[in-house]
Amino acid sequence: MESIKAIIEALILASEAPLGLDKICTVLPQVEKSELKEILAALVAEYKERAGGIYLEEVAGGFQFRTRPELGQWVKKLKGMKPASLSAAAMETLAIVAYRQPIVKSEIESIRGVDAGHALKVLMEKKLLRIVGRKDVPGRPIIYGTTKKFLEVFGLKDLSELPTLRELKELNEPAENVVPVEADEGAVTDEPAEELPGS
Amino acid sequence: MIKSLNLDLAGEYLVMASTLIHIKSRMLLPEPEEPEEEEEDPRAELVRQLLEYKAFKEAAANLSQRPILERDVFTRAALLPEETEKAPSDEEELVEVSIFELIEAFHRLVTRLDKKELMEIDLEKMSVTDIINEILDRLSSEKNVTFDELLGEIKSRRRIVYTFLALLELIKLRMVKVYQATAFGVIRIFPAVEMEA
Repeated sequence: MESIKAIIEALILASEAPLGLDKICTVLPQVEKSELKEILAALVAEYKERAGGIYLEEVAGGFQFRTRPELGQWVKKLKGMKPASLSAAAMETLAIVAYRQPIVKSEIESIRGVDAGHALKVLMEKKLLRIVGRKDVPGRPIIYGTTKKFLEVFGLKDLSELPTLRELKELNEPAENVVPVEADEGAVTDEPAEELPGS
Repeated sequence: MIKSLNLDLAGEYLVMASTLIHIKSRMLLPEPEEPEEEEEDPRAELVRQLLEYKAFKEAAANLSQRPILERDVFTRAALLPEETEKAPSDEEELVEVSIFELIEAFHRLVTRLDKKELMEIDLEKMSVTDIINEILDRLSSEKNVTFDELLGEIKSRRRIVYTFLALLELIKLRMVKVYQATAFGVIRIFPAVEMEA
């Protein structure tokens, strides 16, 4: 048991990309999948408890050692690079694709209200988005989707791990209250407030 | 004014302005006594759009707050592109490459060229058809070739361009398949169907 844990730890470190459970299975065929899962969970917990410079994260369908987010500034200093950040437009476009994929450019633009061509190009270059096909409508527009790298960059196990869009639920319901009236307790109104007896 | 601006941007602005005027004028019209159909509030569509956009704006903010790779968290440094190219092994795991990787590979080769050579007039006669035939010939004798191998010793700009065009044509005709093991890895070309030896 203890040695299997050590083997798995070594495999994860030696792997360039996040190491999937299936890959571990091919190296250790004698061990049950359920047991491997337990050991992996134990490893994750061990690193969490140790609270050192690195932690083990399940990301993009595999396991990977990463430096702790709080230490980012030091690692950046070592690497001597500028923070790679995306523009607000690119981030919004990325979010729309992530939640609504597969999606074509015109659908993105109808949400953002502005041209998405440049943002899409940037995201394609950074390999966060990929072309998943072409829609069978006039013009055969390109359909976009997110990549595995997107999951890696944002530390997501899979797409279902994306935080839910609270507002989207409300949107799907019939829009009855066009102007949302917020009944704030401390709100001061011009109209005399009716006092409910006994409240 | 509009002439000097980006027409797309100006167009979007006009659409929005006219939508707002449209809404305003509809609001000013007296409502029919007996509405034939239930008419949607003209503002509803706009509000729905705005709410939807707001939701995604929040989602975007949410995403950027996550620990982002190469910004907040780091993995073990990956091999440099050159190193991976030098070590092609039989156990490379192949992934399908997109047209972008192919273009990148093409770009890398072109930038590797000596600038001076670009000025010389190349008299070598060559056509895309010739190169296509050459690629197919090589693929029938060897199981697969890399982009580099296809170019051989003669790495003139024209040769690279023609080889690239030939490859694109072959991919379009679905006669070859192109794979790459890792990002920046070696691009290998396979026959789409096993050819008769």
